[in-house]
Amino acid sequence: MTERMTGAQALVRALEHVGVDTVFGIPGGAILPAYDPLYDSTKVRHVLVRHEQGAGHAAEGYAQATGRVGVCMATSGPGATNLVTPIADAFMDSVPIVAITGQVASSMIGTDAFQESDISGITMPITKHNFLVTDPDDIPRTIMEAFHIASTGRPGPVLVDISKDALQAETEFRWPPTMQLPGYRPVTRPHSKQIREAAKLIAESRRPVLYVGGGVHKARASAELLELAELADIPVVTTLMARGTFPDGHPQHLGMPGMHGSVSAVGALQKSDLIIGLGVRFDDRVTGDLSSFAPHAKVVHADIDPAEISKNRHADVPIVGDCKEVITDLIAAIRASGQKGDYSDWWKLLNGLKETYPLGYDTAEDGSLAPQYVMERLSAIVGPEAYYVSGVGQHQMWAAQFIDYEKPGTFINSGGLGTMGFAVPAAMGAKMGRPDATVWAIDGDGCFQMTNQELATCAIEGVPIKIAVINNGNLGMVRQWQTLFYDERYSNTDLQTTRRIPDFVKLAEAYGCVGLRCERPEDVDAVIEKAMEINDVPVVIDFVVHQDAMVWPMIAGGASNDTIQIAINMAPKWENEE
Amino acid sequence: MTRHTLSVLVENKPGVLARVSALFSRRGFNIDSLAVGPTEHDDISRITIVVNVEELPLEQVTKQLNKLVNVLKIVELDPSQSVQRELMLIKVKADAESRSHVLELVQLFRARCVDVAADAVTIEVTGTHDKLEAFIKVLEPFGIKELVQSGMVAIGRGARSITDRSLRALDRTA
Repeated sequence: MTERMTGAQALVRALEHVGVDTVFGIPGGAILPAYDPLYDSTKVRHVLVRHEQGAGHAAEGYAQATGRVGVCMATSGPGATNLVTPIADAFMDSVPIVAITGQVASSMIGTDAFQESDISGITMPITKHNFLVTDPDDIPRTIMEAFHIASTGRPGPVLVDISKDALQAETEFRWPPTMQLPGYRPVTRPHSKQIREAAKLIAESRRPVLYVGGGVHKARASAELLELAELADIPVVTTLMARGTFPDGHPQHLGMPGMHGSVSAVGALQKSDLIIGLGVRFDDRVTGDLSSFAPHAKVVHADIDPAEISKNRHADVPIVGDCKEVITDLIAAIRASGQKGDYSDWWKLLNGLKETYPLGYDTAEDGSLAPQYVMERLSAIVGPEAYYVSGVGQHQMWAAQFIDYEKPGTFINSGGLGTMGFAVPAAMGAKMGRPDATVWAIDGDGCFQMTNQELATCAIEGVPIKIAVINNGNLGMVRQWQTLFYDERYSNTDLQTTRRIPDFVKLAEAYGCVGLRCERPEDVDAVIEKAMEINDVPVVIDFVVHQDAMVWPMIAGGASNDTIQIAINMAPKWENEE
Repeated sequence: MTRHTLSVLVENKPGVLARVSALFSRRGFNIDSLAVGPTEHDDISRITIVVNVEELPLEQVTKQLNKLVNVLKIVELDPSQSVQRELMLIKVKADAESRSHVLELVQLFRARCVDVAADAVTIEVTGTHDKLEAFIKVLEPFGIKELVQSGMVAIGRGARSITDRSLRALDRTA
């Protein structure tokens, strides 16, 4: 059965059919035809943001909190190019979003028309796939294909660019359309021979580690991971993208590996004889210098993307597949073999590291507020049911280190691209996807000033997120590197935000939010509790913290993981532990 | 580094060549030669790419190419198990005195003279990369005025066709 309608109506109808309930966007010339039928849709809520970058990050936050595809919409030219950063961000972190952009009329494409930009060309290297649609008949099929590609296999962003004339022309709408993707065949089922091989290596190993990445939660495999870890009694490290995928409070959890990882997590990888990488990509922030990374370890590497396997580190046992299926099969194989490794010496060493080198920090001598303390109190008062959404920099690392994540997917941040300004719009998107959950954005004063215009969207659309601005007056992480590697020459990192330019409390109030300030350790609990009581409008807390706090432990960029320091010029003593 | 010949079957859609070639430059791989054209199936184009890389990066290139939604199939063609050809058009100085020498070389290389002017001839020659190199060398003393060369195309020896299975995939979705 078909129905006659415009391409724009077909677009909105297709979005309804694939189950979209929320679209973040801003209208403009080329996309205008789509906004007319969108106005009438009872199923799709359009959220008018203040900057297209906010729309993109909101779609990411929505996607990560719900597991569904996030959707953003923008017009041609600058509207579309403003989506480039969130699209690149979603590409790096494998976040399923669909970006829909208007394009100038097909007869004008290539003429440098007003607000023309070749957005499909621009986003080619940062999308999983993209489409340029100039025929209204192709709109429903393309939307269906875009959502299918974004959400299956290794998730990622898909852009659909639609010319204005295709939106205006009439077409016969038919649903469901037939997808035409002969070259798209993601492999989800792992090879049984490889699974058996992996189980054999696990039984033979003496120092195994489960190196868990973002792919495990994307496969919704936390329960299976817990079962596997407990069954085989193997220690677990969770990457920045996997915080919460394995409960922090679990005795087998060693913390986060990498540049700012815990000594026990970094040490476990370095000293292991078998790394079981699940949904990870051996990123440089985890491995440090590759040639000295985990020098004695064999590697089992499972990922749904074959191109990740043996990309950075050779895999002795490559497993292509969905992590849920991989882990389920591994559990069965280990059970079937009846063999169990003896890891008692290994656990003795690791528990020693864990005990000797817990995460810690120094409080400022002048009694001013330590940012790490704010995280600890947030964690204690807000609890593990909430979503924590961070920006990028020192506050992100502290949020990763000092908040206890017990539930999968509760820490949302920009890992791969490292996009400052991610937190506020992504928290907005997460809250819209999970309206019943408490959502805290943890932001830096630098990040916050990049995208805080979305406070207006939050206030007007009724999205009561809470924002902890960790205000040290500086681009803190850059300043930390200047301290350590540039002779304390603080070139262009002093934002002087502590001079209250801007005044974040007044800024919050100007945007219709509640603004609070906290400058002393003794006030932290009260201000967090007050924020927790306000559930009708967004709340911004300006936590004025001391500017010299640094993120520790640290491995310098490109250096070997063996050079980890727990504070300036302080290395852990490895050998004594053995 | 070794030369590898990849035959890439792709959907015949706008922008596919750009996706493939952009992937090579983005991932830092150099293309020695690239040729694209239609196949026996209207919906499939075939790109023949010659790359100069080690085994490991080659595996990475192949995996990354396979991730492109429009790529249907990739086959590496072994030079000994395939026929590999390039086409060259070359304009050489040739007056009344030297013309017969040039034409003799054309015969020896089983090339063809496709245009003759008073002081130049244009020659068409096909063959392997090495043969064309050798031909250029012997013509150089006469004076090469202009030269244009295609990318390499290649096809496996024997009765089997690499398009068979990809066609079935296309038919399923049609």
